[in-house]
Amino acid sequence: MDDGVVVRDLVVDRGRRRVLQSISCAVPRGQVTGLLGPSGSGKTTLMRAIVGVQTVNSGTVTVLGRPAGAPELRHRVGYLTQAPSVYADLTVRENARYFAALHGRSHAEADRAVTDVGLAEAATQLVGTLSGGQRSRASLACALVGEPELVILDEPTVGQDPVLRADLWARFHEMAAAGTTLLVSSHVMDEAARCDRLLLIRDGRLIADDTPDAVRATTGVDDLEEAFLRLIRASEAGQGHAGEETR
Amino acid sequence: MSPRILAATTGRILRQLRHDRRTVALLVVVPAVLLTLVYFMYVDQPTPPGQPTVFDRVALIMLGFFPFIIMFLVTSIAMLRERTTGTLERLLTTPLGKLDLLFGYGIAFGLAGAVQATLASAVAYWVFGLDTAGSIWLVVMIAAVNAVLAVALGLFCSAFARTEFQAVQFMPVVAIPQLLLCGLFVPRGEMAGWLQAVSDVLPLSYAVEALQEVGAHAEPTGTMWRDVGIVAGAAVLALVLAAATLRRRSG
Repeated sequence: MDDGVVVRDLVVDRGRRRVLQSISCAVPRGQVTGLLGPSGSGKTTLMRAIVGVQTVNSGTVTVLGRPAGAPELRHRVGYLTQAPSVYADLTVRENARYFAALHGRSHAEADRAVTDVGLAEAATQLVGTLSGGQRSRASLACALVGEPELVILDEPTVGQDPVLRADLWARFHEMAAAGTTLLVSSHVMDEAARCDRLLLIRDGRLIADDTPDAVRATTGVDDLEEAFLRLIRASEAGQGHAGEETR
Repeated sequence: MSPRILAATTGRILRQLRHDRRTVALLVVVPAVLLTLVYFMYVDQPTPPGQPTVFDRVALIMLGFFPFIIMFLVTSIAMLRERTTGTLERLLTTPLGKLDLLFGYGIAFGLAGAVQATLASAVAYWVFGLDTAGSIWLVVMIAAVNAVLAVALGLFCSAFARTEFQAVQFMPVVAIPQLLLCGLFVPRGEMAGWLQAVSDVLPLSYAVEALQEVGAHAEPTGTMWRDVGIVAGAAVLALVLAAATLRRRSG
């Protein structure tokens, strides 16, 4: 099987609101797949379902050939939550070493994960004293330290400066080249072009599941933001006037 | 459960505590200050012949209470933080087992409680001349078991709090009834029947009875060991209940 993640007819309600309305999609192995959509579209909920921490109403999520959330997946999947979930009262290094220990990794591997996200200089600083962008990278180091086969990253580049953002994307592609499967969410469309494959969701529905080039070809525009706009209009028109042709 | 993960988790919790110097200072200093107050409150009180002085009676029970109250508060806030900052959800996506986390807290804050009890006991015995028939180390042991019970109750209660404001309010709910009914203010045998019944199901009543046994007998008694066993059993029960509040999946 070539897909790292397979989602079939996934329906999730949170409270009384239907957050995911029957989503089916796949995340191919060894690639960087972008999960794009405006805030509130259901990106985080879909990611949580893949990690196996979201209660779902119906549908199936298969991760690396196992049902999502299966105990044997816990050392094969790395998850970066949107809000940095690291201990503010520990240093960057202590955080990384703790998460490394949970995955049976050494101090040296933890220190390398800290260096890889560009925090070597801040390694002995308490996370609580870091800037938002640094804190988010500290959290990223903790998600990557176990060298998981599948990496789920919820908005990893928010608040990072452009140079660091480019570095992080380069690193994601290095990991993919080495066989890691990555699912990276973003609400900034200019990051879409950096992905091998795109999933666009809006209001809990999947609007596109294709490569960036194919999305450009289908819509006939080069700019992905404009392309998405057309896809959204097309899907809305399709919902509003069933059967009616859209231009 | 995995010994490696349990050790890493215990170390992580102690490291967090170590970075918070002010909390460490308060843990060490506050019991000594309160014991000083109690000493001077009772220093001129007459003692009936053949009975322990009021200070001996009150200070002994306080030594068991400090780690209980403090560790309950520290644990409920620490666990609430794990829940609200997302670290708990993240931990539960890793190979860490629920018991690794709960026992990690039990060991780390149990140790902190034992250190606090040792220092408080040293002050009580050597500065204020606390006199007990039994050994100071039995007092410290009972105080440490109390600390573990407090950690377990704190882990459990934190599941019912959404905010830190709510979490601290569980302290009077959990601690004050146990303090009132443990036999410090009115001997348990002289209470109304229904109060005795309530007192009988509160674990701290047994911790206090165990401390009183140490106060009255040179050697550890069977009653003392039974009481310590009951407190430890209550701690295990609270840990199991706390484990039931940790859900890997949520809405």
